[in-house]
This record gives sequence, C-alpha cells and structure tokens, in this order.
Amino acid sequence: MEAILEKLANPGFDLDQVRSDFAYLELPGPIIYLDNAATTQRPNQVIERMDHFYRFENGNPLRGTHRLGTTATEAMLESRKKVARFIGSKSEKEIIFTRNASESLNLIAYAWGLNNLQAGDQILITRMEHHSNFVNWQFVAQKTGAKLAFIELTDDYQLDMQDYRDKISERTKIVAFSAASNVLGTIPDAAAIICIAKEYNALTVVDAAQLVPHTKVNVRELDCDFLVFSGHKMLGPLGIGVLYGKAEILLEMTPFLYGGEMIEYVEDYESTFAQLPYKFEAGTQDVGGMVGLAAAIEYLEAIGLDKIAAYETALTDYCVAKLEELPYIEIYHPQQGAKGPAIAFNVKNAHPHDVATILDYHGVAIRAGHHCTQPLHRYLGQNSTNRASFAFYNTKEEIDLFIEALEDVKKIMQIDI
Amino acid sequence: MDLRQIYSQIIIENSRSNKHRNEMPDATATERGYNPSCGDDIHLSVKIDNDRIVDVSFTGSGCAISQASTSLLCGLIKGKTLEQAKHLVETFLGMIKGEITDDDILEEELEDAIALKNISTMPQRVRCAVLAWRTLDLIIAKQTGTPMTE
Ligand SMILES: Cc1ncc(COP(=O)(O)O)c(C=O)c1O
Repeated sequence: MEAILEKLANPGFDLDQVRSDFAYLELPGPIIYLDNAATTQRPNQVIERMDHFYRFENGNPLRGTHRLGTTATEAMLESRKKVARFIGSKSEKEIIFTRNASESLNLIAYAWGLNNLQAGDQILITRMEHHSNFVNWQFVAQKTGAKLAFIELTDDYQLDMQDYRDKISERTKIVAFSAASNVLGTIPDAAAIICIAKEYNALTVVDAAQLVPHTKVNVRELDCDFLVFSGHKMLGPLGIGVLYGKAEILLEMTPFLYGGEMIEYVEDYESTFAQLPYKFEAGTQDVGGMVGLAAAIEYLEAIGLDKIAAYETALTDYCVAKLEELPYIEIYHPQQGAKGPAIAFNVKNAHPHDVATILDYHGVAIRAGHHCTQPLHRYLGQNSTNRASFAFYNTKEEIDLFIEALEDVKKIMQIDI
Repeated sequence: MDLRQIYSQIIIENSRSNKHRNEMPDATATERGYNPSCGDDIHLSVKIDNDRIVDVSFTGSGCAISQASTSLLCGLIKGKTLEQAKHLVETFLGMIKGEITDDDILEEELEDAIALKNISTMPQRVRCAVLAWRTLDLIIAKQTGTPMTE
C-alpha cells in the first residue's frame, strides 16, 4: 500500500495541470468520472485541434485541386503517420481509419473472415470478449460453417493458457482476443498468445480498445496480424477508430465498403481498387476525427504512456484495496498478473442499476449493466455488474469519495452485511 | 430531491417482497417484460375469470425499482376487472410521464404505487418503473383487443 500511495502522491507528471485541461471538471457538481472504459473525456487540446481543422484546413481530402483540399489531405496524412508511429507500425499504409473498434472488427470479419474460412476451420476467441469481437465471429461462423470456440478463464479471471493450448489446432485459422478486458481488467499475455498462434499458422486479431489508452503498444514487437482500437477511449473524438493490419495480409484482402476514393479504374462492369490504405476507406473520410485522434496521441505521449500506465495501475490497486475492505462488495478482478484500470464489482443484495443511480446522485459516474459482455456475465453468474474504470486524470481523492458514496448505497438499500 | 424519495421504505420493502413472486402454471396469460439495456426481466402471469383478474403473480429479476413496481402492480390489480386494470395502467403511466400530478387522485387509485411518482424526474429509470405496467397492458390488449397505451 505504501508504494501505491507514493505513486498516487507523485505520479511523475503534473496532475493539476492535466486536470485543468479537462473542461468537464469545471462543471458545477462535482463530477467524479469513473466511466473511462466506456469513453474517456477529451482535453482542450484535442477539441482545439479539431476546431482549427474545421476553421482553417477544411476541404474534401484526396480530391482537392485547391489549397483547402490540400490542407485537408495533409492533415489526413499527418494523422495517419502519427498513428502508425504511435503503435510501431512500419508504414502508414497499414493504418486504416474506421469509425471505431467495432467497425474495424467487422472489417476483418467481412473482408478476411468470409473469404478465407470454410467448414472444418476453427475461429478461436475468448470468454471475456466484448460483443464487438464476439458477434462478428458468430456471423462469420454461421456464414462459412467454421466453428467458433472459446478460451475459458481461470478462477483468478485470467485467460486459461492451458485451455488455449488444448483448443488450438491445425484447424484454427484465426485467434481473436482482447488485450485488456473492459470488465475484469485482465491483461493477458498477448505476446505469448500470438506466439502460440503462429505455431499453428493462425492469424491473430488483437482487440486493443482497452489497452492502447493505458500503456504502450507496439504491433511489430507483438507481431500480430491485426490490431484494433477506438479513438474515443483514448481522449480522441467519438467516431474515429483504427484498424492496423500487416500490409501483406491487407493487400490480399478484398475491400469491405465500396464507393468513392477506394477505386483505381472503374469500368462499366468491374473496377480495380486503390492502393493501401485507401482500398479500405470508401467515401469522404472523417479528417476532423483523425486530427483529433492525432492530438490525443500527442497529449498522451507528452505525459508518457509509461507514466500513465504506472499511475492508472496505482489508482486501480488502491481502489481494489479499498473495495476489499467493504464486506458487502464482491469484486471480479484478477489478483495476479497485469491488470488494466477497470474493476467490475457488485454490491451484495443491491442491483447494479440502483447502485449506479445512488452513486450518480453523489456525482460519481460508473457503469452498470453487462458492458457488452453477456457471455462473460453468464460465466460470472451475474446478470449485470457495476464497473469503475480510471484514467490518468482521476485522483486518489476521487476514489475516496466513490468509496464513501458506496457507504450511502449500503444505507439507502438497507444492506446489513 | 432526496434519494430517499426514490428509494423509500415502500420501494425497498416491495422490491424484496416475495408475496406475489411465484409461478402460475394455470395462468390465463403470461407475458415477458424485458429491458435489454439494463437486463430487467420479468414474466407476469394473470388468471382471468369472467373479465376479472382473480390471480396475478410474477417471476424474474431486476433493479429495486422494477421489482418493487411489479410487486405493487400485483397487489393493486388482483380482483380488478380488465377494464379497471386498464384504467390503472393509464393512471400509472400518466403519473410517470408527469401528466397526472394530483396526489389525491393518484393515492386514491394507485395506493402504495404512488411511491414511484418521483421516478418521473429520473428519465434513465423510467423504463424500470413502467416495465410491469407495459407488460400488463400487453396482456390486456391481447385479451380484449383494446389498443395499448402510448
Ligand atoms: C474491449 C473492447 N472492445 C471493443 C469495444 C468496442 O468499442 P467501440 O464501441 O468504440 O466500437 C469496446 C468498447 O466498449 C471494448 O471495451
């Protein structure tokens, strides 16, 4: 606990300065925002960057034969380069902009899954996937006859690596897993999972929606085939997401969406398609979102992702320790291994929605529900849970207020445990 | 507003009450009420004899507000005719929408279910409060052909 308190007192960056960048903290309230896994807040720098784009750089990207078309095209290119560097991709051609992680995962399912899988193949996912990395594979399995299988969890809410080894085989064509659970906080050993998949020549899809905001991710070190994330969970605007794919795989794939800007030659009855990444970006793209995402990356990098990860881990560990002191709380969060800044819990004898309503009354924003993970919740034996999730602009004091508010939940719901 | 006006004694007690919580194998009609976004999930059963609800019960799970509301509904409509029950559905929904505010009328008709009145100020919880009432409305509509209340 001492080390945790020390880290919380000295995060290694200027927490007050950071907090002054987030306008929601100026709302009368206060608002203790602990729903960062759903979507983060955005610092003024991101909003100002987008504002500048729309005011002074706005034209239709890739089509402009004039100055403002060129500035929009440059803004797009610069943003793409920034994203590529941020995740360690060797070329911005491997960065496809989408609307969010869900769209990226759909792109893989439609453009790769439907064309490369058949009866007898296996798609291997995990028990803790978000519906975005679950329902898309159900769809592909139903269409192609491939079989869907699930890596189960251990008693400590970790991926069961033995179960993984037992289930993977020559028939496994793709292994798709989240690099950080949006419910449990579990961070599985992605490198090990990918390494094993390679032994069987299976492609790997990393759902990094919850990992990229929290810690440094490098696609070349991981050597994954695909990796996806959403801008809005990492300080960027709503509506912009990323698909990273290895160039050699993307080149072989057919497009996902058809339309303008993704073509090369259009004949009457057939067309050829544009180079990477444009082949996968049909229609006028959201450059406002791209520059916002690039500004978010700049913001994160200016603080340093190593510092962010260490501080968010301290917040999480502190909160877990505090929750563990409350006998009426049940926690779903691993004890061992790496953990992301999300904690699922329940107040015994109180429904999560009642808990969330009472906390909201105290200005504490958390999530209640199944968090788009119904199969995981069936495994947990819970219809729904509460979830607190942190970002580097949260503070120890905010967690203390959250814990205090839980005491009021206990009182109001008349829980005598 | 004080939270205790929402989570009042009546609501807490009714949310935990098992008085009307049981299966009804010989029900005239059973309908499911489900809120996919939050997971409130109930089955409401009624036994109807000569246009009169002679028995009513429910099974399921959900938040305190949905469960209390369902329990209060059961207590209120048992013994009522379908026509009277329809009127109560209209009054309850009117209260939650903030269209019927006269406490004398509400108390007279809805009895303890007036405890849910303040939900009208919490838009994110309205669906929990009305779940059972909309389910009953569906049963009545199927039985009598009267259109469901908006
Ligand atoms: C692990 C994980 N994957 C995928 C998603 C989907 O993200 P989006 O809704 O931005 O597409 C989420 C968001 O909740 C998530 O937490």
